[in-house]
Amino acid sequence: MELTGADILVRCLKDEGVDYIFGYPGGAALHIYDALYKQDDVRHILVRHEQGAAHAADGYARVTGRPGVVLVTSGPGVTNTITGIATAHMDSIPMVVLSGQVATHLIGDDAFQEVDALGVTRPCVKHSFLVRDVRDLATTVKQAFYIANTGRPGPVVIDIPKDVTANKTEYIYPKTISMRSYNPTVRGHPGQIKRAAKLLLEAERPIIYAGGGVSLSGGEQELRDLVRHLQYPCTNTLMGLGCYPANDPLFIGMLGMHGTYEANLAMHDCDVMLSVGARFDDRITGDLAKFSPYSKIIHVDIDPSSIGKNVNVDVPIVGDAKRVLADLVSVVKNLEPNPDTNRISAWWKQINSWRSIDCLAFDRDSDKIKPQLVLEKLYEVTKGDAFVTSDVGQHQMWAAQFYRFDKPRRWINSGGLGTMGFGLPAAMGVRIANPDADVVCVTGEASIIMCIQELSTCKQYDLPIKIINLNNRYMGMVRQWQEFFYDNRYSHSYMDALPNFVDLAESFGHRGMRVDNPADVEESLIECMARKDELVFMDFITDQRENVFPMIAAGSGHNEMHLGSTGNGAPQERELA
Amino acid sequence: MDSRHIISVLLENEPGALARVAGLFSARGFNIETLTVAPTEDPTLSRMTIVTVGSEGVVEQITKQLNKLIEVIKLVDLTEDKHIERELMLIKVRAVGEQRDEIKRLVEFFRGRVIDVTQSVYTVELTGASSKLDGFIEQVKLTEILELVRTGVSGIARGESALSAPKSRSNNK
Repeated sequence: MELTGADILVRCLKDEGVDYIFGYPGGAALHIYDALYKQDDVRHILVRHEQGAAHAADGYARVTGRPGVVLVTSGPGVTNTITGIATAHMDSIPMVVLSGQVATHLIGDDAFQEVDALGVTRPCVKHSFLVRDVRDLATTVKQAFYIANTGRPGPVVIDIPKDVTANKTEYIYPKTISMRSYNPTVRGHPGQIKRAAKLLLEAERPIIYAGGGVSLSGGEQELRDLVRHLQYPCTNTLMGLGCYPANDPLFIGMLGMHGTYEANLAMHDCDVMLSVGARFDDRITGDLAKFSPYSKIIHVDIDPSSIGKNVNVDVPIVGDAKRVLADLVSVVKNLEPNPDTNRISAWWKQINSWRSIDCLAFDRDSDKIKPQLVLEKLYEVTKGDAFVTSDVGQHQMWAAQFYRFDKPRRWINSGGLGTMGFGLPAAMGVRIANPDADVVCVTGEASIIMCIQELSTCKQYDLPIKIINLNNRYMGMVRQWQEFFYDNRYSHSYMDALPNFVDLAESFGHRGMRVDNPADVEESLIECMARKDELVFMDFITDQRENVFPMIAAGSGHNEMHLGSTGNGAPQERELA
Repeated sequence: MDSRHIISVLLENEPGALARVAGLFSARGFNIETLTVAPTEDPTLSRMTIVTVGSEGVVEQITKQLNKLIEVIKLVDLTEDKHIERELMLIKVRAVGEQRDEIKRLVEFFRGRVIDVTQSVYTVELTGASSKLDGFIEQVKLTEILELVRTGVSGIARGESALSAPKSRSNNK
């Protein structure tokens, strides 16, 4: 039997195992929406802005490991997804974006709601397709899912002209796919793995630096096996948090610009560094000229272009983090079934002395709510078991520092692109994927406004997300940089007219709570989390002067951290709504 | 130290592939001296030759980033081994009086051909390595160049080695 392109597309999604898609209808996508209407297998979540659809699909993908799927119309529908696509691309998140397009005979005529979707998305996709013939549609969808979720994952756009969704053909969904031009390397080179193992076993000052790639590959157990067998210190990137348990004594915290004192100094002073599934991003390395001057570096990454891009590497290993770590563990165990921990005892002594500085200390006696306190209490109240999404800025760094993630795929944030507005829609995707889980969005009053319309989506689909708004009336991270680097000139880093968030949340049909007393923080969080069936918007009025420490200023080395507290020139108090 | 590299790329002959390559170079700030592309004997494949100048690290990134493009099947940096490069140039020069013989001698010396003649203009065809074409331009500067067009470099490895698609795999098309 012949089906229309629209019906074929929906059947493809079903056969690919897609249960939810996130989207917004429009002219060029109407045949597809009609096909969705006629079935119940693929459920559609109607967002309030296409950016929200992309972030929600992204959040869904980050917690499930399966590609998030977005459906939008042509023109503004697809341009609105670009921030979401770029966010997923920077963090290597599998996503398939289906965009309607004007009919093939109109392409290039500046038709109504026409935009060159492939052109505008090209720099921020892993790959993209324009389907010109309905007979290519099913194979293209299969290829898109395959590309999105293999190798280094990423977003794939399929642009589908309206006539293609109306035309008919036989439906055959390919069971498997192979492409002569795309065959990602999965197994690491055995010779290189052996070299890496030997180098690791000779180390006197080793460090294992693991990133989001370990979570993406599902390699957390293999990482634990390696770290615990060797008894080496392990640090995680912002994207990697949870891939090694934060409460394990071998974990020395996050590294990078706002990483811990011990992690950054260990990176600086180490003699052997094993980097797995991380990409030596500038927020991690600081000044490359000052980066880890004494170390030999082993770099495991599935993307060959990540290796040697920013930092010269001694032992490059291209492959899937989980597979390479498993091989590495077995080689290391063969070479040394009982590693000599004396070799690294002086190193641990050094690390523990750095640890004793307690670089994340904050003022616990303040009469203002310290944002760190909120996150510490959030961690305690949720017993470290919530899914935590965040937006971008100071609150994101505090969440990364104070919420101790013991499991991967629990910390959902825009690490690479740094997208404000990500947290709320991402939390929707997380909750839809885990309908019984506690899902918390840690945000700030500037970030949350950027996708606030999604509170309406949360109402429609009963998504009882808990929003922890650290409201300091400033774009805190911008203000912090202005305090440090622009002589306290707080240029446009505050808004003179903020909404009353409690009223705002309630007008969307949710519950709002304002907390301005440190003594009420814990109790209010307990109440918030106990309201299992309600979205609760917690508006915490926090200390405006608080800064994120430690901090490595851009262009400095790991050994040039600021631990200090807020100095002179603190900002002027801003009014509440 | 920066040096000149000729990167030969075998890629799927699909719309959009050229845009991805061009976009990659501009997005990452890589330099393109010349770029040529045309289908091969297999119409599903295109062969592209890119001449770029960069340090060893930059050229390594260029080849890795090109390899990362889904359409790219294989590539080789021809300058790593013995290779042949050719470029075609068409050049229109003012040719009157004594210049006519002078240019003809120069064309013969460079093994080119005069392919169009009017009373005052010669159009010359010249093929060779880019440096040879540069040499010719240097010489005819004495006279007046009316128009000049170069194809950019095409390159191929010497001897047995060949850049070809794996035969066993199909593209599911």
